[in-house]
Amino acid sequence: MARSNSMQLKMLTTVAAWSIGLMIFFPILWTILTSFKTEAQAIASPPLFLNFDWTLENYQVVQERSNYMRFLWNSVFIAGGSTLLGVLIAVPAAWSMAFVPSKRTKDILLWMLSTKMLPAVGVLYPLYLIFIELGVLDTRLGLIVVLMLINLPIIVWMLYTYFKEIPGEILEAARMDGATLKSEIFYVLMPMAVPGIASTILLNVILAWNEAFWTLNLTAAKAAPLTAFIASYSSPEGLFYAKLSAASTMAIAPILILGWFSQKQLVRGLTFGAVK
Amino acid sequence: MSTNASRSAARVMMAPAVILLLGWMLVPLTMTFWFSFRKFLPMRGGDLGFAGFDNYVRFLTSSSFWPAVQTTLIIVISVLVITVVLGILLAMLLDQPMWGQGIVRILVIAPFFVMPTVSALLWKNMFMDPVNGLFAHLFKAFGAEPVIWLTDAALPSIIMIVSWQWLPFATLILLTARQSLDSEQMEAAEMDGAPLLKRFWFIVLPHLGRAITVVILIQTIFILSTFAEIFVTTSGAFDTRTLTYLIFQRITDSQNIGLGSAGGVYAIILANIVALFLMRIVGKNLDA
Repeated sequence: MARSNSMQLKMLTTVAAWSIGLMIFFPILWTILTSFKTEAQAIASPPLFLNFDWTLENYQVVQERSNYMRFLWNSVFIAGGSTLLGVLIAVPAAWSMAFVPSKRTKDILLWMLSTKMLPAVGVLYPLYLIFIELGVLDTRLGLIVVLMLINLPIIVWMLYTYFKEIPGEILEAARMDGATLKSEIFYVLMPMAVPGIASTILLNVILAWNEAFWTLNLTAAKAAPLTAFIASYSSPEGLFYAKLSAASTMAIAPILILGWFSQKQLVRGLTFGAVK
Repeated sequence: MSTNASRSAARVMMAPAVILLLGWMLVPLTMTFWFSFRKFLPMRGGDLGFAGFDNYVRFLTSSSFWPAVQTTLIIVISVLVITVVLGILLAMLLDQPMWGQGIVRILVIAPFFVMPTVSALLWKNMFMDPVNGLFAHLFKAFGAEPVIWLTDAALPSIIMIVSWQWLPFATLILLTARQSLDSEQMEAAEMDGAPLLKRFWFIVLPHLGRAITVVILIQTIFILSTFAEIFVTTSGAFDTRTLTYLIFQRITDSQNIGLGSAGGVYAIILANIVALFLMRIVGKNLDA
């Protein structure tokens, strides 16, 4: 009796959860479906769900017409470059804060976090000026540096929470055995820190890939990543649903896949360890 | 141990990150602060000298300031209420035993990974378009007149888009917090005959308290600077101009750097007030 009751309950929760899940996911699903329709089918009335002639034409057209590859490469370079640069700078900082904490460590961490809270629009013009002065407006290099800086606090913070979980005794034991600082880092710390560093990289690639204030405001034609490429579809001549959908699908697919791997890290990274 | 040596080594290792962030914070901020006291119109004469507090006063007294504050508050509060309430309910649901839990989680989290320009565009065109949008089809199917969403109900539309993006975040964090709740406590309460609602109210909700606060604070900071969603859909028309967007327009459209910078200083102060509360919570957690 009790068992069949709990079975029923499980069935009910399953149905409810799946319905809500599909509802939330629906806009993405609809976009993916539409990307395989012809333009006429995309605006058919009533709308077509699965009963249309599947075609890959839109993907071809988008790639041929709009230099899609260049925008994609810009996104890859900017997201990847800013993350790697950030991790290179953050690893030593997080290491020293986790293993050689001082009275000021906490203050420094919180201060770093506070720089993340600065509203971007408040410094839009100064940054624009600096970019012109340095000749990096509409270059990948400029964006790599800016995105690295806005994500650096999160990178340091995430690495810090991961490093903090590595027992200090192991490092002390290594030191006792005569390990130098260098070998301590490379042979003891790094192998243990790799999973943490990997998830930090993952989350930051996602954040940088989707960043849509600086990428829209500091690029024009040359260095524009996918965020800006998609925004250019908002003009009336871009109102081709199937092509818009194909472009959107290509822009979000890589990050959707990466994102699904990073669910757990997401919580840690975005709440700065306040929720685990 | 060689504490002195490792101390100084630590300082050297921290230096690049600290110096970079210090520069990143101080240089643009100082410039914004400086510009906010200048009459600076790059297209109409350039830097026209010291302006005192003129820009600050003008920003506050301009006819678009209070509507922008109002719009900002409506968006932030609505999105917070929607995402936190639905997020709690969804987290409770996803925590129950079911088939395919992992897949449902993936479906629910997905919108968070969609870049803001894409989600704004796909809502704008494929759902909210008054002729070809799915909503229009739906309304017509029920014999109703389609709504021209982004003109007639622009603010609710933007609230909806932004909520869709942030609901996954709230759900994921609340779910994580829910799962850290000691199951023995719940079982004990259940044995004592506490009804579901009471268990939720007296055990689950207090346990979620800190996670809810964290969600509210982090989302507030991000939603305050909502940009791409407005840029792509309405460009600030139809009462959707937030404080962020107003400052953006002052700088890029009206090319009034002094005025925009004064607005920027206000935005920075506002964000710092929210950040202060967040820091307290995060800081407390560091001690533990």
